[in-house]
Amino acid sequence: MSIPLEHDYIGLSEAPSMERASDKISSSSSSTISSESEKSTALNLRETELRLGLPGSESPERKPQLGVSLFGKDLEDKTNGYSLGSLKGFVSGAKRGFSDAIDGSGKWVFSVNGGSEVDLGKGAVLFSPRGGNGVKPLGGLDNNSAQKSCMPGPAMKDVAAPSSPKPVQEKKPQASAANEHASAPAAKAQVVGWPPIRSFRKNTMASSAKNNEDAEGKSGLGCLYVKVSMDGAPYLRKVDLKIYCNYMELSSALEKMFSCFTIGQCGSHGLPGRDGLTESHLMDLLHGSEYVLTYEDKDGDWMLVGDVPWEMFTESCKRLRIMKGSEAIGLAPRAMEKCKNRN
Amino acid sequence: MDSKRKMDSPESNVLTRSSPFPDEVLERVLGLVKSHKDRSSVSLVCKDWYNAERWSRTHVFIGNCYSVSPEIVARRFPNIRSVTLKGKPRFSDFNLVPLNWGADIHAWLVVFASKYPLLEELRLKRMTVTDESLEFLATTFTNFKALSLLSCDGFSTDGLAAIATHCKNMTELDIQENGIDDLGGGWLSCFPENFTSLEVLNFANLSSDVSFDALEKLVSRCRSLKFLKVNKNITLEQLQRLLECAPQLTELGTGSFHQELTTRQYAELESAFNNCKNLNTLSGLWEATPLYLPVLYPACTNLTFLNLSDAALQSGELAKLLAYCPNLQRLWVLDTVEDKGLEAVGSSCPLLEELRVFPADPYEQDVVHGVTEMGFVAVSYGCPRLHYVLYFCRQMTNAAVATIVKNCPDFTHFRLCVMNPGEPDYLTNEPMDEAFGAVVKNCTKLQRLAVSGLLTDLTFEYIGKYAKNLETLSVAFAGSSDWGMQCVLSGCSKLRKLEIRDCPFGNEALLSGLEKYESMRSLWMSACNVTMNACRRLAKQMPRLNVEVMKDEESDDSQADKVYVYRSVAGPRRDAPPFVLTL
Repeated sequence: MSIPLEHDYIGLSEAPSMERASDKISSSSSSTISSESEKSTALNLRETELRLGLPGSESPERKPQLGVSLFGKDLEDKTNGYSLGSLKGFVSGAKRGFSDAIDGSGKWVFSVNGGSEVDLGKGAVLFSPRGGNGVKPLGGLDNNSAQKSCMPGPAMKDVAAPSSPKPVQEKKPQASAANEHASAPAAKAQVVGWPPIRSFRKNTMASSAKNNEDAEGKSGLGCLYVKVSMDGAPYLRKVDLKIYCNYMELSSALEKMFSCFTIGQCGSHGLPGRDGLTESHLMDLLHGSEYVLTYEDKDGDWMLVGDVPWEMFTESCKRLRIMKGSEAIGLAPRAMEKCKNRN
Repeated sequence: MDSKRKMDSPESNVLTRSSPFPDEVLERVLGLVKSHKDRSSVSLVCKDWYNAERWSRTHVFIGNCYSVSPEIVARRFPNIRSVTLKGKPRFSDFNLVPLNWGADIHAWLVVFASKYPLLEELRLKRMTVTDESLEFLATTFTNFKALSLLSCDGFSTDGLAAIATHCKNMTELDIQENGIDDLGGGWLSCFPENFTSLEVLNFANLSSDVSFDALEKLVSRCRSLKFLKVNKNITLEQLQRLLECAPQLTELGTGSFHQELTTRQYAELESAFNNCKNLNTLSGLWEATPLYLPVLYPACTNLTFLNLSDAALQSGELAKLLAYCPNLQRLWVLDTVEDKGLEAVGSSCPLLEELRVFPADPYEQDVVHGVTEMGFVAVSYGCPRLHYVLYFCRQMTNAAVATIVKNCPDFTHFRLCVMNPGEPDYLTNEPMDEAFGAVVKNCTKLQRLAVSGLLTDLTFEYIGKYAKNLETLSVAFAGSSDWGMQCVLSGCSKLRKLEIRDCPFGNEALLSGLEKYESMRSLWMSACNVTMNACRRLAKQMPRLNVEVMKDEESDDSQADKVYVYRSVAGPRRDAPPFVLTL
């Protein structure tokens, strides 16, 4: 199962961290959370369900009375029971939360990055952690003692302690019972307009961050998608490296994928006794049609596929490129040589 | 005209008898004074000089559009050709100001239409500009030449189309970073076929495709084109063709720097850049990868400003590129270059004066990369001329900052943003007071300061005591009590702009500045501890200040959530929306 990875500045929908976070929560020493979450789960299952209602049609309890981040409303926050149990709930909850905001009912605003359906016009992030009780917002602060000693009195107890996926931090919010703005495990409470970055830049960086993500492969989700381009092909494909165990599987998958663009001819090079062999096999497959399979690694260098152990390859591969042999001048001869040696 | 002027200044008869200069000469001489600060000083000397100054002035800069009315401006300065206007408070860039707050240019345009029909230039920052206004501008001012919009909102590409269609003498169209409704790139095709005067074209932040054909033709026929900044949709191949048409460019913003090129295309691109020997500014470079960066190398010899804030480069790529930029004075990068990249900056750019490091992932708390204090320190060792810095990081130490300002004592602009609010010195766990103390003690020329991290009142004591040239101060999540703000207000004699958010400063602090605010452009305080009553008191005691409050929805009646105080000769705003309470 792959949870769609949406990008938003809260890191709301970064499912992996959320999954990890929920794991951590359940195993954390604080039992209050789990029981709370169960309670809130029981009470608020409806709210966390993926619903298709129109924005603004949610129950009023969804309103952020404490003006704290969506995640800040932790599991302890009874007024707004978002349970971590339902990831989808979070994601959709986030969206609805945003809708709340545009309806003017909520105080917070979410930014979802450029291109997504929720566009604030300025791609603004966030929500003000200010409480309705007129408390001074100190959102995004780490809940550690060094800070507390320097914080002004009235604000202290209502500091919206930012959450962090690190398990250590979760315990603190539990400790400060008075702190209703306890941190939620999945993401820190974001503050309106902080860090002070202009909207246009956020959108730009969102897209470049996205591109980097694409390039690096969406990892951690249980899948590792990388782009595969083939010289001369009109469009690119994406493959999930995690579903293959070795180079052979990858190569045959690629061969199938790009068969319409000529590689198919090599299909019958089948290979008993060649499981252990890596690059030569691949090169044989592709060699017949003058193609070389290369990949871009984390450092941005283009490498020949097959040199390193499979696991190392999947970890460092950012994208694949099926290169015409004539282009891969530096690479191809070596490949051919190796093939010859093996043979 | 002469008699009119003499009527304006009855004492002039007495004065000019002893004055060696006839009015015309005085005007001629004063006409050469360009800086608006100098002109303000000149106008205060005596009535003669006041008059000579106002008649000879062609450019007016208005830092706060509500501080004065267009009628007052027109009355004082009859011969204006160029206007620069700034509108909303700076924190509106970070969404702290609701939409429809105001700062609409239209009322100004209407007055200008009758008083300055020959208006040539309009530069707006943080103003609301509608398509109607743009059309009005384009059709009313026949001599209009230069339009620059930065961080404005309210218009769409239709407005740009009106400008392109009607402004026959356009030399500059600079559309930067605006909240624009991008309805399509057709506006570019609206420049008439016989239109050749363009010198500056910047549409880098527009997202739709323009017709490349139209763009290429435009660039070809505008032989004086010096600045060209295209948007992300322009490919490398297209860029190469544009460069072939315009090798005379001095400022270039590329489009996307990533495309699968053939060897021949690559060579052509290299050759195109090789011909651009006049480039002093380079930006754009979206998605730049190590494969294509090398084509830039030959064009970098004379670069003084390199803006890589849209290109997520790694340290190695940056280092290689910088080796070709020996004359660099200004550098903007993303923090993907990390400390190692900044070390390369320190070693390759001895002439560097300005560095801005932006976070690639500002909202991702778990990020382990980005830059740290080490990178900043490395730059300071290698770049002693550094005087402008904007630095986003996740950790900093007092010791590092002390070292930095020891190496670079000439800072005029020091903007440090430790992204986690209230973050202490990560090594000692102490507040960052000593860091900013070092800054203000060492950097006597400091004009602009932005503080961050865990800060107590001590920081503000230091600022008030040492920052005697400080004009702009930005504070967020800092301070311990009213005392901090009071120190700043009483100590910083040249303070003009003070913007504060999420600090424990309250009424006492606000009111301690009673006398001060009239000498400042503006004060912004949001999410502090100021009450409505205190604001009312301020408004009552200082009638020449506009005290405006915006309340958050859920706060109680007595809290003044967002306070904006500014001096004005135009009285309270007449166009304030309902959520802005003028006290």
